[in-house]
Amino acid sequence: MQRRRIQRAASVGLAAAMASLVVAACSSSGGNGSSSSSSGSGSSSSALSGTLNASGSTFQLPFQQAAIQAYKSIQPGMTINYGGGGSGKGRADLASGVVQFAGSDSPIPSDEIATFKGKTVLYFPVFLGPITMSYNLSGVSNLKLTPAVIANIFQGKIKTWNDSAIKAINPGVKLPSTPITLAVRSDSSGTTANFSLFLMTAEPKVWKLGSSSTINWPSSAHAGNGNGGVAQVVKSTPGAIGYVDYADAKASGLSFASVQNSSGQYVAPSPASASAAGTTVTLKPDLTFVAAWQSSPSAYPITYQSWDLVYEKQSSANTAKLLKAYIGYLLGDGQKLLTTLGYAPLPSNIDSKAKAQLSKIGS
Amino acid sequence: MSAVTQADQAAPGSVPAGGLIGHRGLADRSFQWLALAAGLLVLVILVLIAVSTTQQAAPWFSAEGWGIFGTVWDPAANKFGATPFIYGTAITGAIALIMSVPVSVAIALLLTEVVPFRRARPIVYVIDLLAVVPSVVWGLWGILVFAPWIQHIYAHIGSAVDGIPVLGSLFGPPTSGASFFTAGIILAFMITPIVTSLSREVIATVPTVDREGAYALGATRWEMIRGVVWPHSQGGVVGAVLLGLGRAIGETIAAALVIGSSPSITSHLFATGYNMPAVIANQFGEATGVFKAGLFGLGVLLFAFTIIVNVIARWAVERSARRMRGA
Repeated sequence: MQRRRIQRAASVGLAAAMASLVVAACSSSGGNGSSSSSSGSGSSSSALSGTLNASGSTFQLPFQQAAIQAYKSIQPGMTINYGGGGSGKGRADLASGVVQFAGSDSPIPSDEIATFKGKTVLYFPVFLGPITMSYNLSGVSNLKLTPAVIANIFQGKIKTWNDSAIKAINPGVKLPSTPITLAVRSDSSGTTANFSLFLMTAEPKVWKLGSSSTINWPSSAHAGNGNGGVAQVVKSTPGAIGYVDYADAKASGLSFASVQNSSGQYVAPSPASASAAGTTVTLKPDLTFVAAWQSSPSAYPITYQSWDLVYEKQSSANTAKLLKAYIGYLLGDGQKLLTTLGYAPLPSNIDSKAKAQLSKIGS
Repeated sequence: MSAVTQADQAAPGSVPAGGLIGHRGLADRSFQWLALAAGLLVLVILVLIAVSTTQQAAPWFSAEGWGIFGTVWDPAANKFGATPFIYGTAITGAIALIMSVPVSVAIALLLTEVVPFRRARPIVYVIDLLAVVPSVVWGLWGILVFAPWIQHIYAHIGSAVDGIPVLGSLFGPPTSGASFFTAGIILAFMITPIVTSLSREVIATVPTVDREGAYALGATRWEMIRGVVWPHSQGGVVGAVLLGLGRAIGETIAAALVIGSSPSITSHLFATGYNMPAVIANQFGEATGVFKAGLFGLGVLLFAFTIIVNVIARWAVERSARRMRGA
């Protein structure tokens, strides 16, 4: 687990270093070097100074770290701190005014709305990401799964790999009689919330465990802390299957299954197939949406999303300016950092709406 | 107060009575107030913690009623019963005590009764070193090194006792290296230093005269320990054990890593389980509403349990100390 953290830290550092090189190259080749003109680059002509504090989604953490690092060369006078802690903590911190923005993988749940005391919170979608079905089966490299099979595996109804339901969708694959070991999260998590939301959306009749940041898994499940912890369980347990975000699954060298989407296609998780899922989402006026179980034939079905939450009305004009600049950067040039980190950039239909919403931040 | 009177009595001999006394009175008085304020501050902070956590937990108490002692903890179904965690806390605490106490008391006796003081010293240092290992290090070692290793032993034991009535249901085949039992063993490692050093101090207070009296009557070393040392230090050792238990039930991060994180109530000790501090640490990040209040509520229950255990421990130590002074 520790080794995984170090690997991740190293890869984030590397990506950040590369990104800052790119940014430096862009800015040295003339003022209008960057092609995508976000409102972030618009305000970058004037030097900003001040501090933004943020916390929340650990799913966003590697991206925020890389973006903060890269943004230093654009606005050296600005200090941005992003502490993880989980989406719930981020929202609680925003509600109590400790932070200026919060990262969250889910919209504000109904029982939490009161904590924001009637103030308007704006949702800025930041990126999409696939959740992989990572497995450990020697000799099997191209497993296919359907939502119904996944639901039955994670409810403990399908117990061995050579179960007829798995065999039926994997003709020609030699499946062993190894018992299936579930790898799940020990901590409450936005990944768990979105994975269970996918199962509930795709297979409401089969999936009985509900959707929440913590699920009451069958007691035989092995729990690991964080995506890295689950990846570690999968890696060290023959016959294991777990839900792991793409970046961590990739970093741990796990094999992952192709999953059938709502148009019947088996699609492998990748930044491209996750972005494809974003093109057909139903955007609500507040820019919340569900990226899971989309209809595009090339969409990966277990895709999730993350938002940055910001108050519409800021206490000072400077804070509003800082937020506009930094979030503008995340939606603009910052999107280029995503693919190397294992995330999917926002498709233009979502990105343009999010950028348009920036002007709403005021004081 | 008695210290003050003693100082006053001692004063006439050394310092000539004079203008100094007024000054000293002031210093004494302000020191007294300062000490009192410090003592009260701790008490006030304790009360504030208890009140504010209870307040945060209120939605859970009102939503669940007696359901707080329900057997199902399922946030997705809005069911928040604390029993699986209370059970896990009790089981892991019991395993830790059963494994740690005999060893700790034996080491304490070894250090006081068998090994000469000069040679005992390095052993004492090493045992005290165990106490400074951070609990997260215990946890990481537990999950990365110890659990994978002991899983094989569990598997052997499991297949050996499979089918035998009581043993089979206690030590059936494991599902994973992380379990109630693994957590109990790690906790045993963690509480051994405190139980050992407290027991050693209690045993060391047994008067030499009593020991030598026993030897003079022809007692062997074992008879001396049984007849003199044990009756004398019994209460103190019980106190030491309870303080160890207090640490075991409050231990968070090491338990969170090795207990398996599954809220289940089962007689099966090699199964994955959960305890109260671990579930708070694991699930707090994404909890909302009643779920969050429930985690606060577990904190309140845990707070109450540790206070009860510690009060009983203090009482046992005090009582034995009083008895010893009387003897």
